[in-house]
Amino acid sequence: MLKMNHLSKAYRTEVVETYALRDFSIHVREGEFVAVTGPSGSGKTTFLTIAGLLEEFNGGEYQLDGANVRGLNDNQRSRLRNEKIGFIFQSFNLISDLNVQDNIDVPLRYRGFNGAERRRRIQESLERVGLSARSRHYPAELSGGQQQRVAIARALAGSPRLLLADEPTGNLDTQMARGVLDLLEELHRDGATIVMVTHDPELAIRAQREVHIVDGQVVDLTAQPRLVVGANAQL
Amino acid sequence: MFSYYFTLALRSLKRNVVLTLLMIAAIGVGIGASMTTLTVFRAMAGDPIPEKSTQLFAVQIDNWGPSKKTVVLGDEEHLQPQISYPDAIGFINAHAAPRQSAMYATGFALTPSNPQLLPFQVHARAAYTDFFRMFEVPFRFGGPWGAADDANRADVVVITRELNDKVFDGANSVGKMLNLDNHDYRVVGVMDQWQPIPKFYDLNNDKYGKSEQVFLPFTRAIAGEMSTWGNNNCAGDVGAPGWEGRLHSECIWIQFWAELPTAADVDRYRQFLNNYASDQQRSGRFNWRAHTRIRDARQWLAYRHAVADEVRILVLVSFSFLFVCLLNAMGLMLAKILGRAGDIGVRRALGANRRAIFSQCLIEAGVIGFAGGLLGLALTALGLVGLRVLLSEEVSRLTHFGLMDISIAILLAVFATILAGLYPTWRAAHVQPAWQLKAQ
Repeated sequence: MLKMNHLSKAYRTEVVETYALRDFSIHVREGEFVAVTGPSGSGKTTFLTIAGLLEEFNGGEYQLDGANVRGLNDNQRSRLRNEKIGFIFQSFNLISDLNVQDNIDVPLRYRGFNGAERRRRIQESLERVGLSARSRHYPAELSGGQQQRVAIARALAGSPRLLLADEPTGNLDTQMARGVLDLLEELHRDGATIVMVTHDPELAIRAQREVHIVDGQVVDLTAQPRLVVGANAQL
Repeated sequence: MFSYYFTLALRSLKRNVVLTLLMIAAIGVGIGASMTTLTVFRAMAGDPIPEKSTQLFAVQIDNWGPSKKTVVLGDEEHLQPQISYPDAIGFINAHAAPRQSAMYATGFALTPSNPQLLPFQVHARAAYTDFFRMFEVPFRFGGPWGAADDANRADVVVITRELNDKVFDGANSVGKMLNLDNHDYRVVGVMDQWQPIPKFYDLNNDKYGKSEQVFLPFTRAIAGEMSTWGNNNCAGDVGAPGWEGRLHSECIWIQFWAELPTAADVDRYRQFLNNYASDQQRSGRFNWRAHTRIRDARQWLAYRHAVADEVRILVLVSFSFLFVCLLNAMGLMLAKILGRAGDIGVRRALGANRRAIFSQCLIEAGVIGFAGGLLGLALTALGLVGLRVLLSEEVSRLTHFGLMDISIAILLAVFATILAGLYPTWRAAHVQPAWQLKAQ
């Protein structure tokens, strides 16, 4: 599903070049639930943004669902992102002046679905996260947990092949976080491929396996079913 | 997607009302100022007879020579804008143009047959019958007098619709008598609405004013010794006393127009004029180089500076002001768009490509421009009302704001705002989604 080989990403200024990812390799299979952990500044979020085609990389290879993404133009990357990837962000990133159903509608509009199809998908995804009754509410009228569930509904509405979650419970209290994690596990059980970035070991343990990043490199894997491999290992 | 982007634009405008109002105000004020001056300019600079302006020619001839040239202002060629009676009659009698008319402004005291109406003054124009066909004057009742009426100095008149409404209650007055200066004239035609702006056929007299109310044969006016109510210039030599003295003098007080439909007609007429001037030299009347000129209606307006330079400068200044307003609007748009960089990042993450973001922001700019255009229209209306209050009736007649002007105002506002929005929109389309999402 997601395969990066010897990938590197450097941020350059006039005087300094800083590597966020260096010789970074990872392989996430279809249907896996992988937690990507590591300390702050280790490159977790950079990995996620590159995986989500939000950022270019400097070297190496990246294949998403069998397609080599290197050299794709903005249109192709946007279309691939829209069709294959669903994002769940730590701060939810709902658009404040759109209500719940209009927020979920955003990726469906860019996909070009007709009105009936969009309405069906919005309804289904809201039912999936248990927020059908809140479709007309605005983000500010919802709790943090509800907002994150709306974000998950938005990510699910386009039937993506891959869910990328960046600290999905980072802004939630324990009870709400548990609810969101339960939902992610449920999605995984239903066959979704999930890559979750977190710095919280307790969350990571809920994933099928864990990939640890330090200084832009994969350094460790946990025991079976969490495999442990060295840096640059193909997973 | 247009309707979707349009809906998003409306929501975005509601999100930050103060910023939105500032943008609309900036554009509205700029549009209001520029459209007010443009409306006046367009009226002044418009082609008063577009379908025939290249076929109608004003005729000039130098009957003064270099000794009097200092008297004529603003003309490097030292040609007088009007001609003398001897030349007018010389041209008429030559029949060198398919249609032609000498003319001058005069006037009467009109005594209505209705005793309830008091006598009043009317402006009149003495002309030949060709005047009406040359200048495509529309008729409500009747028509022009005939060539025989010109030849016979007939007591006939054509009156305007406005005068007909006033004196005859709008009824068909053809055949009725009109008392002018205690003499009865038979009405042969009632004109329909006709108001060339500027009044190009006589720019010497009230060039943005109303057309005359009464038209009568030139020959009748001369026979009746009706003096000119318009510009009369003798350059210090008024000639012999009395009406006959005036007619034989070199005073210029008559306008002369010829209709020359083809290039061949124009060439022939130029040749005629040169021959005429040469004849005058030979006869001893002109002892200077023969000098004649014809100009079509548009060239005539430019030559006579029908649009004052001050008006051109005012238009330039007001459009510069619009430019400054647009720069302000651009700055505000940039602030508004960059304030929404997070949302744009989210949209990019959800699959919007750069073109989608560009289109969304550009449509938002267009909506702002449209709203600014509406405000601009209101301010233009206010501006024109202000002009009517401050300026003369002559200028206020130019302040008509029609459907065309409304369309121009809206299109100008939308186009200018989209133009001003290009840079902010480009910035929006190049928002780095990863940076925005990391920042959150």
